[in-house]
Amino acid sequence: MKVLMVIINWINAAVLSGTPLLLATSGEILTEKSGNLNLGVEGQMYMGAIAGLAGAWFTEQWFGVGGIIPLIAAVIFAFLMGCISGLIYAVLTVSLRANQNVTGLTLAIFGTGFARFFGEVLSNKAGGFVAVGRETKGVFSNIDFGKLAEIPVIGTLFFRYNWLVYFALIIAIILGWFLNRTRKGLSLRAVGENPGTADSAGINVTRYKYAATTIGGGLCGLGGLCMSMVSQKGVWQPNCVSGYGWLAIALVIFATWSPLRAIYSSIIFGGLSVMYMRIPIPGLPREIYMMFPYMATIIVLILTSIRQSKEHAQPASTGYNYYREER
Amino acid sequence: MQDAKPAINENVIQMQHICKSFGTVQALSDVHFELKRGEILSLLGENGSGKTTLMNILAGIYFPDAGDIFVNGKHVTIRQPKDAFDLNIGMVHQHFKLVEVFSAAENIVLGLPGKTTINRRALYKHVQEIADQYGFEIDPEKKIYDMSVSEKQTVEIIKALYRGADILILDEPTAVLTPQETDKLFEIMRAMKADQKSIILITHKLNEVLAVSDRVTVLRKGEYIDTVHTKDATIQSLTDMMVGHSVSLAIDRPAPTNVEPILMVQSLTALNQEGTKALDDVSFEANGGEILGIAGISGSGQRELCEAIAGLYPVIGGSILYRNIVDGYEVDENVVGLNPHTIAKKGIALAFVPEDRLGMGLAPSLDMVDNIMLKHYREKKGFFVDRKSPRQIAERLVEELQIVTPDVFTPIRQLSGGNVQKILVGREIDTAPRLLMVAYPVRGLDINSSYTIYNLLNEQKEKGTAVIFVGEDLDVLMEISDRVLVMSSGRVTGIVDPRVTSKQDIGLLMLGQSIDNVKGADAV
Repeated sequence: MKVLMVIINWINAAVLSGTPLLLATSGEILTEKSGNLNLGVEGQMYMGAIAGLAGAWFTEQWFGVGGIIPLIAAVIFAFLMGCISGLIYAVLTVSLRANQNVTGLTLAIFGTGFARFFGEVLSNKAGGFVAVGRETKGVFSNIDFGKLAEIPVIGTLFFRYNWLVYFALIIAIILGWFLNRTRKGLSLRAVGENPGTADSAGINVTRYKYAATTIGGGLCGLGGLCMSMVSQKGVWQPNCVSGYGWLAIALVIFATWSPLRAIYSSIIFGGLSVMYMRIPIPGLPREIYMMFPYMATIIVLILTSIRQSKEHAQPASTGYNYYREER
Repeated sequence: MQDAKPAINENVIQMQHICKSFGTVQALSDVHFELKRGEILSLLGENGSGKTTLMNILAGIYFPDAGDIFVNGKHVTIRQPKDAFDLNIGMVHQHFKLVEVFSAAENIVLGLPGKTTINRRALYKHVQEIADQYGFEIDPEKKIYDMSVSEKQTVEIIKALYRGADILILDEPTAVLTPQETDKLFEIMRAMKADQKSIILITHKLNEVLAVSDRVTVLRKGEYIDTVHTKDATIQSLTDMMVGHSVSLAIDRPAPTNVEPILMVQSLTALNQEGTKALDDVSFEANGGEILGIAGISGSGQRELCEAIAGLYPVIGGSILYRNIVDGYEVDENVVGLNPHTIAKKGIALAFVPEDRLGMGLAPSLDMVDNIMLKHYREKKGFFVDRKSPRQIAERLVEELQIVTPDVFTPIRQLSGGNVQKILVGREIDTAPRLLMVAYPVRGLDINSSYTIYNLLNEQKEKGTAVIFVGEDLDVLMEISDRVLVMSSGRVTGIVDPRVTSKQDIGLLMLGQSIDNVKGADAV
C-alpha cells in the first residue's frame, strides 16, 4: 500500500512538473511544423516567466486587487511576451533569412538575460524581493474540487492540480486536432514539409511561418508563466526555468512531433525530472537522475531512426529557410 | 461554359509574339502557339528549345518579357500559378510537386479553400469519381512515399483535374514511365480528349507524338518553326524540323595521330534510382589522339556513363578497361568497383570535368589555390600541406588561360561561369591525363570562352590524350569530334563518323532509331 501511495504521489508530481513542459513542447511542435527549428525555447520561457510575474505584480500594486484579475494580466503578459520572442525569431529567419540554429541559440541567451535583468529591476522596485500576494498565489494553486479530490487514488491522480494543468491538456488536444483534421493544419504541415509545393499550391508560406512561430512562442511563454507562478509560487527566482526549455526541445523529438503524444511524454519527462525527490535510490547522486530525461530522448532517437518512419519524424524542411527564387 | 456547345476548331489558347530571356540568353523569341478545344497537341523540340519555358509561362511560373496570351478568346495576364488555376490551366511538372508524407487525397486538396475541417469521406469519393471517369487507378489514402513514379504522376494529374483544369500541360510525362504505363497514360489522355479537355504534351519522343497527338508544334532554339497535323507528318519530316540544318561554326579538327585505344568499355550496365536501367549494355572504345563526342537527349545515360568511368557511379554489369603502362608493359586494368582515389593510386591518369561545376567539380567558397590543392595534397608526405606548388600552378593557369580574377586567393564562386570552367578544365588538364572526360564544358559560356575550351581539348588530343566530350549542341559535337557516339535511353544507338553523317541521321539515332534503319550513318 505504501509503495502504491509513493507511485501515485509520484505521478501527481510528474503531471505538475510536466505541465510547463507540455505547454512549451506544444509551442515548439507548432513552430517546427512550419519548418522553423527554434532552439530558443529556454529564453522564450524565461521571457514569459518574468512577463507573467511582472504582469501579476504590477496589477496588484496599481489596482490593489488580488486573485483573478492579476491572473488574467499574468496570462496575457506571458503569452504576449512569448509571441514577441517568436516574432523576433520569425523576422530574423523568415524575412532576413538568418541561420535558424544561430538565431535560436541567441534567443535562448537573450531571453535568459532579459528575464534576469528585469527580474532584478523588479526586485529593486519591490524592495529586494518580488512576490505576489497570497490571493494571487491562491488562484495558481490547486483547484478545489471538493469531494472529488477526496476519492482515493482517483482524487490524487485527476483532481489535485492547478488550472494550468487542465489548460495545457486542452491546448495540446486542440493543437492535435488542428494539425491533423483542419484545412489550415494541413497547409501548415505542407509548409514545414515542402514549402515549394505549398507555395505552388497557393499557400502563403511566409504568413504561415510567421503565425506558427509567433503563436508557438506564446505557448512557450505560458510554459514560463507556469514556472514562475506555480513552481516558484509567484516569487522571482533568477533560475526558475532551469533548463526546462532544453527539455522541451528534447521532448518534441521524444513525442515525435505529435501534440497528443506530447501529453504522456511530458508526464514521463516530468516524472523523470522529479524522480530524485520521489524515489531515492541510496548512493545514486542527483546528477545521474537529472540525466534520465536526456537518456530517454537518446533512446527514442535511436529507436525512431531504426524504424525509419517517414511520418513520425521532423518535418522535412525544418532548419532550412525558404526562398522562392531558389526553386 | 458547359451549356454552350463548343464550336469545332475553337482556339482555347492563343499565344502571340512571346519573348523571354534569362540574363543574356534568349530562351524564346517571337513564339506563337495555338491550342484547340478537345485536342492533344505535342510540343516538340530538343533540349533548350524553349518548350518547357513556353509552358511555364502559361502555367504562371515565368512571366513573359513580351507577347500576348488569349484564353478562350480573352486577353489575359498570368502572373502566378494561381492565375493559371483560375483559368483552368493545370500543369504537371517533370519534377512532381507533392508532399511525401501526405496521402494522395491530402495532396490533391492542399491549399484549396473550404470548410475548417476536411470531410475525408467526401474527398475520397470525389477523387475516386475523377479517377473512374478517366480510367485512373488510385488509392486516395495511400501515402506518396509508398508510391511508384507512375502513381505519383497520377496524383499530379488528378490534382490538376480536381482544381477544374480543362487545359492540361504534361511536361515529358513518359520520361519516367515503363512502356506499359505509357500506353495506359495515352489511353487516359484519349479519354480526357473525348471529354473535350485540351492536352499539351511536351516531349522529344517522336513515336509518342505520332501515337497520341492530333497536331505537333515544333520549336528549335527558342524559335517557332511550324505546326503540322500529325497525320501528315513522318519521323523524317519531324526530325528535320527539330534539328534544322547544320551551321558552320569553324571549330578546328586536327587530323588524329597515333590513334591507340586507351579506354575499353564493354557491356556496361547500371541502374538508376528507380531501378530501371540508366546504362544498358554500353560498349565502346575511346582512343588516344581522338575526340569521342557523346550525343543524346539529356538524361539518356551520359551522366551515369561518365560517372561510372570516373568511379563515382555503381554499375551492375560489364567492364571498364583502362590501358595502363606498368613497368613498361601495357596492362588492361578493370576499374569497375573502384573509387576515384584507388583509381588514381593505380597510376591511371584520368581527368573528369563534370556537368555540375560548382557542386561536383570545384568547392565554390574555396580559392583557386585550395581547389587546385584538392587534386594534389596527397602527393607529398608529412603533416602540413604544401601550398606553394598549387599556388604556382594557379598563377600559371591564370596566365595561360587568361582567367579573369582579382588574384588566386579569391573564392571562385565570385568568378564568372567561363572563368570557373577554365579553372576546372585547366586543373584537370594540368595533371597530364591520358583520358579526359568533359561533360557539357561550354554550357552557359560566351563564345570566346567556348573557343578557348575547344582549343584546350584539341591540344590534349594532339598530345595523345583520349578525349570524351559530352555535349548538347549537335553542331559543335559534329565539328569537333572524330567519332560521335549516340545514346538513347541508356543504350548506344550508334557510333558514327561526323564527317560523313548528316545531322538528321544523328537526330534519328538520338531519338532511339537503330543504326540499321538510318541511311547514311556508317558504323565506325
